[in-house]
Amino acid sequence: MEKETCTFSYCEKPEVVEIETDLLVIGGGMSACGAVYEAARWATPQGIRITMIDKAATDRSGAVAMGLSAINTYMGENDPADYVRYVRGDLMGIIREDLVYDLGRHVDDSVHLFEEWGLPIWKKGDDGFSLDGFQAKDAGKAMLKDGGTPVRSGRWQIMINGESYKVIVAEAAKKALEINRKATGMEENHFERVFIVKLFKDANVENRVAAAAGFSVRENKIYLFKAKAICLGAGGAVNVFKPRSSEEGKGRAWYPVWNAGSGYALGMQVGAELTMMENRFVPARFKDGYGPVGAWFLFFKAKATNSLGEDYCANEEALTEARAKYGIYVDKMGTAIRNHLMMRDMKLGKGPIIMRTHEAMQAINKDFVEKLGEKEAKKKIKHLEAEAWEDFLDMCIGQAGLWACENVEPDKTPSEIMPTEPYLLGSHAGCAGFWVSGPDDLGAPAEWNWGYNRMSTVDGLFMMGDICGASGHKFSSGSHAEGRIAAKNATAFILDNKDYVPTLKQNVDEIASDLYLPYEVFEKYKNATTDPAMNPNYIKPKMLQARLQKIADEYFGGCSTWYMTSKAMLEEGLRKLQVLKEDAALMAAADLHELMRCWENYHRILSVEAHARHILFREESRYPGYYYRGDHDLIDDENWKCFVNSRYDVDTGAWELKKVPYVQLVD
Amino acid sequence: MPSYVITEKCDGCKGQERTACMYICPNDLMKLDRDRMKAWNREPDQCWECYNCVKICPQQGIEIRGYQDFNPLGGNVIPLRGTDAIMWTVKFRNGTLKRFKFPIRTTAEGSVDPYAGKPEADLSKIKEPGHFTQQGAGVTLPTIK
Repeated sequence: MEKETCTFSYCEKPEVVEIETDLLVIGGGMSACGAVYEAARWATPQGIRITMIDKAATDRSGAVAMGLSAINTYMGENDPADYVRYVRGDLMGIIREDLVYDLGRHVDDSVHLFEEWGLPIWKKGDDGFSLDGFQAKDAGKAMLKDGGTPVRSGRWQIMINGESYKVIVAEAAKKALEINRKATGMEENHFERVFIVKLFKDANVENRVAAAAGFSVRENKIYLFKAKAICLGAGGAVNVFKPRSSEEGKGRAWYPVWNAGSGYALGMQVGAELTMMENRFVPARFKDGYGPVGAWFLFFKAKATNSLGEDYCANEEALTEARAKYGIYVDKMGTAIRNHLMMRDMKLGKGPIIMRTHEAMQAINKDFVEKLGEKEAKKKIKHLEAEAWEDFLDMCIGQAGLWACENVEPDKTPSEIMPTEPYLLGSHAGCAGFWVSGPDDLGAPAEWNWGYNRMSTVDGLFMMGDICGASGHKFSSGSHAEGRIAAKNATAFILDNKDYVPTLKQNVDEIASDLYLPYEVFEKYKNATTDPAMNPNYIKPKMLQARLQKIADEYFGGCSTWYMTSKAMLEEGLRKLQVLKEDAALMAAADLHELMRCWENYHRILSVEAHARHILFREESRYPGYYYRGDHDLIDDENWKCFVNSRYDVDTGAWELKKVPYVQLVD
Repeated sequence: MPSYVITEKCDGCKGQERTACMYICPNDLMKLDRDRMKAWNREPDQCWECYNCVKICPQQGIEIRGYQDFNPLGGNVIPLRGTDAIMWTVKFRNGTLKRFKFPIRTTAEGSVDPYAGKPEADLSKIKEPGHFTQQGAGVTLPTIK
């Protein structure tokens, strides 16, 4: 295939804007908002400039864009050591305990800020029933920071009225940015609708990140941001595997459909070391709508069974069979193992799997009537019904719509649950991400700390949220807190390297040509055929994505093989992926929106490649229920209770993978 | 779909640079047809049904029709987002109606004063654990025992 280049002979040359800043925050979600909030306090008096770049509008960007009905990480009365034990159990024994403990001791402060800024948090009423954020305020209930009692749906989770969660957190972040902008005399330091697609290393200083480049999705403009440190919070990867839905429903991914693996790809482009990219998350959710099940399981105490009414997690035959392969992890009953047991029944034809919402509601009703009498119980039940619907309306409105379309009233009719397609992420119940330096006061091995908390193996590049690896279960609050930790340390890094001036090897014209290549390719060839969609000279991003999803699904353990793969399958898939990577150089974009899709899909390819190579390297099935190596269908603690780390060389396409010892810090 | 725009209600945000729905969509889906001055969702299969365009539309001109590859016709969910609470109307295929009202914030929009009553950051402690708020309040962070 002939290599195409962009000389702006066909497409219009964009305006190139170069901006110098000190601390660059890439992303606009929870971790990025936390980063600018903390950084502005440390950095502003020092004259350090902070700039935030968001692909979307910060009020509604990132994974919390729709809202949330719970904050899943709030320590309260708990010891962070117990939080480590819980996360370790759920993630099959291999986590960075220093990072998780550190998160645990920082997270509550962010939750307290959210409440102060206006996030309504449920409180326990005097009668033991829950009060929503308004009722709690009217009843004079104390705020969490003053000892108020939240409504716990689980040991770590608290219930909120979170429709405007992100709007509230964004407001504080935007104001923090504005304070920094005014004090440092910048013209603009908050860019929305600018999509960063590449990071660059410094030309003179070894192994140091120096700049980020991207483009506006609204006007013909390319941006080059030079910075002394970068906090990267650009999210994990969705729609990398073929989704279960085939048409419109592809949009109803469980994980936000706009998270395109940019966080992984950006770090990979400068050779930052990855960890645990073999990990993935396959949530079991209400079928098709992918509505949350957490509140139903934890708060309403609903049971899930197979169609025969049997609890698939208590089937002795299945448990014995699982213990033979997956050992002690089976009885810890983490999320992956529950998936494994569910799918066993599905494969045996004992599906559909049913969440028995109606029985849970009836049990609660009976309990309320006994305790409160008919009249009072009726009132409380009405409140409870609203709470159940709010769970969807706050964070997965499409599921409420599906129930309405199917005439499902949860107190009368049960609902199906189902494992979704796989997602790559590190802040929910997953831990795929980058290897970072940790805190130095928690007894971790010395080689886990290289001076700056949350800094990657590339100097000046800090990781946060979904892409900070081996430390899952941060959720929204933990991502915010982690952004704060990263940005504070990035500020320290900048102060320690005051004289540094970023310098690039590439000139801006080269960068502009590279970024706009899909535009040039389209303009060059679009008239060669009568329909620009059908053209042999290029590939449109939608089709590239379809091919990527098909490869990932069929070879890397997607839904169509029941998450099963093997060495031979992975190697065959990687061969096809290599060709797809070549074809990505012939992507074509008709407009800026498609240019964004092109680069998103390139980011997806890199994320999936990392995932597949890690699964290939790890010769065991560490996460049964999420994926299986058919040729190594066991958990092999003797050989594989370790991290798998890797490094990608963007110039040669070569990969280095290695084992890194796991060290237990909490008993 | 995903969101759809009701022809009669959409006024293209009266010819401003961009419409409210274009501004807010996290996935850059909403587009304004300048000839007709009407907005539309250009990529329904990439719509998360997050309802942010629905909530922000000043004309209440955007609704959601469920993804047709698994949603039967006839049901819908319509929000009305105020300054401190949101009202939801859920209409079932069989005509059943449910209405809910939930708080969305306890402070006035725009009233957040991010550092009011907060301590300054103490530069001598920048390499110690703890957010500036925790350090300033004299909180000693625990370590693994």
